[in-house]
Amino acid sequence: MAIHTLAVLVENSPGVLARVASLFSRRGYNIDSLAVGPTENPKVSRMTIVLNLEGHALDQVSAQLFKLVNVIGISEMKDSDSLKREILLVKVVNTPATKEIVSKHKAVISDEAAGTISIEAVGQSSEIEALLKELRPHGIRELVQSGLVALERGDKTLADRTLSTMGTANESNPNSSTADYQN
Amino acid sequence: MSKINGAQSLVNALEAAGVEVMFGIPGGAILPAYDPIFDSKIRHILVRHEQGAGHAATGYAQATGKVGVCIATSGPGATNLVTPLADAQMDSVPIVAITGQVPGPAIGTDAFQEADIRGVTMPVTKHNYLITDPADIPRAIAEAFHIASTGRPGAVLVDIAKDALQKETTFNYPKNVSLAGYNPVMEPKSEAISDAAALISQSKKPVLYVGGGVIKANAAKELLALAELTGVPVVTTLMARGAFPDSHKQHLGMPGMHGTVAAVTALQKADLLITLGARFDDRVTGKLSTFAPNAKIIHADIDPAEIGKNRHADVAVVGDLKNILRALVPATKAALAKSAPDLTPWLNEVYGWRKKFPLGYDTPSDGSVSPQYVIERIGKISGPDTIFAAGVGQHQMWASQFIGYEKPRTWLNSGGLGTMGYAVPAAMGAKVGAPDTTVWAIDGDGCFQMTNQELVTCALNNIPIKVAVINNESLGMVRQWQTLFYNQRYSNTDLHSKRIPDFKMLAEAMGCVGLRCETPGDVDKTIEAAMAINDRPVVVDFNVHRDAMVWPMVAAGTSNDDITVARSMAPVWDSQEL
Repeated sequence: MAIHTLAVLVENSPGVLARVASLFSRRGYNIDSLAVGPTENPKVSRMTIVLNLEGHALDQVSAQLFKLVNVIGISEMKDSDSLKREILLVKVVNTPATKEIVSKHKAVISDEAAGTISIEAVGQSSEIEALLKELRPHGIRELVQSGLVALERGDKTLADRTLSTMGTANESNPNSSTADYQN
Repeated sequence: MSKINGAQSLVNALEAAGVEVMFGIPGGAILPAYDPIFDSKIRHILVRHEQGAGHAATGYAQATGKVGVCIATSGPGATNLVTPLADAQMDSVPIVAITGQVPGPAIGTDAFQEADIRGVTMPVTKHNYLITDPADIPRAIAEAFHIASTGRPGAVLVDIAKDALQKETTFNYPKNVSLAGYNPVMEPKSEAISDAAALISQSKKPVLYVGGGVIKANAAKELLALAELTGVPVVTTLMARGAFPDSHKQHLGMPGMHGTVAAVTALQKADLLITLGARFDDRVTGKLSTFAPNAKIIHADIDPAEIGKNRHADVAVVGDLKNILRALVPATKAALAKSAPDLTPWLNEVYGWRKKFPLGYDTPSDGSVSPQYVIERIGKISGPDTIFAAGVGQHQMWASQFIGYEKPRTWLNSGGLGTMGYAVPAAMGAKVGAPDTTVWAIDGDGCFQMTNQELVTCALNNIPIKVAVINNESLGMVRQWQTLFYNQRYSNTDLHSKRIPDFKMLAEAMGCVGLRCETPGDVDKTIEAAMAINDRPVVVDFNVHRDAMVWPMVAAGTSNDDITVARSMAPVWDSQEL
């Protein structure tokens, strides 16, 4: 399978999304989805990038990505040891059948109008797909989906790992950490 | 702390970064900076085109090893720097470009002379900045110089909004630069060194494949030590000419599309490539899938992203090449003490190829001047202390082939981007950085017409470079491809530049001495006349034979096994060899 999920810690600085997007574009790497948001550290943002790496090696992609000065750390999020979630908002026709599908899939009806219901679902990609598969024959009026986000299972955090594996910074300055940067 | 404006803060920061010289042109958005530049101890050289400023910064950096600096205004001033930034980035040359930007509140409004130069240069720089707060100027400059000059060197752009240059601020230059996401690995891992040494001690057909990284890392001495310790033959890529003395008995010359038969073939038939600061560029490998098919690869580079990019590395050594070689020499010595295969059969083979297929050229039968002869004579007469800067095309290849390079930083060219017009401004920059050294630009008539206006800059600023225009009245390399691959249909490659322009008169119009040479018998005395002029730039128009071609050649996209020594003449190998 050429699909990989990367969690990327980046400096929360202007242009950083453009830098990442530009790199993927010019090197011919295909992005399936990309989600960016804040982290526990206001100076650091986290991107979750789902890549379809047909013909490219993951190590090479990571090495190119890590060359960007604003990229602090990268980790692959494997299915076996991480939580992966997507959000789906979907508007379908308001019928007893569609409502039954919603309850079967433990999704939520977040808005109900005369003709349609708007459904909210959070889950793994396979769960979202299963829900959509059943809804599709009933007519999907509108659909919006977030990029996938991922979090490693267990006690360790990506920031810990980044600073221990990527952190030659720690050798030159033992007190430095992502949080210290820009102070 | 006293209040100064952002412009003064910028100039203070450039001084604190150790800048001695910068090349640039003022304009509206950068104008506030030019007021304190007027009083600064930094020498500012007013060029005639921003592209010239960028290549001059690159030539300065390549000749001296210091960071080259160029400065321009917003919009067109900045976009004119795009080519030299891409050029420097491709060849890993440390330069910093400062550009003015429209005032912060006007950014994004399509204001006069506004261009999103940070966005434009993102793919062609190592990093870049847009500064809108004057308090950020010193930190950005310190970071820019740090990023440009460390790790794998490259181009950094700092774009500063005009109002940030005008507003009041205090100057506070950071003592240390610490970037969370930027920590180049300098020291190689010891296991990588011992793995590399072990492979070297097991190899029967090794080649040292030397790239420009050896020059960037100032590691020529260490390379010589490894080469002489092991007796392994050496090839130097276009970017590495001068990293290893051409006169050295282990040197096979340049590999690649126009490399020597010995260098190309040694790589093809090697069982081990000891790759030092090289990147398996397509101009070296030819068709990648057939490149060095039997070779294991040791790949030593400061940039981890180069490892495995084009060719799988059996042993990857990431770090500064000087450190790598310092560690590799004793490790290899120890490994060779345990087992040292006899390299004699291999050396006999490769040195046999070198003897059998030396570089050469035909002397035109019509009495016209051979371009290779001109370049060879300039090299001989000017000597190995000279710095040579070439444009791009046939003359560049001949200058890499027929001039003997003995020292690092004496051969400057645009290897990666292949920028026509590089030679004159790069030579200008090199001469500014090394004023006591003779600097020759070896240029083509096509290249020369792209950037010769910087000769005005040279004439007015006491930068007495020498320019050899190898004038074959055509875009020679393109013409060569048309000869070989397009049935001699010379579409748009005839420049008619024998007398239009008249390069001798053009040189004189720009305040230089103009000379011309049209016969083989005049070559030496014309070069000597040029050598005798040291108070002004000098341009020599060498009218040369237009059908001369660059040989050997591996056609683009084909295998290095199919190298052609001269037209329709492939080397004759012993039957078991191919």
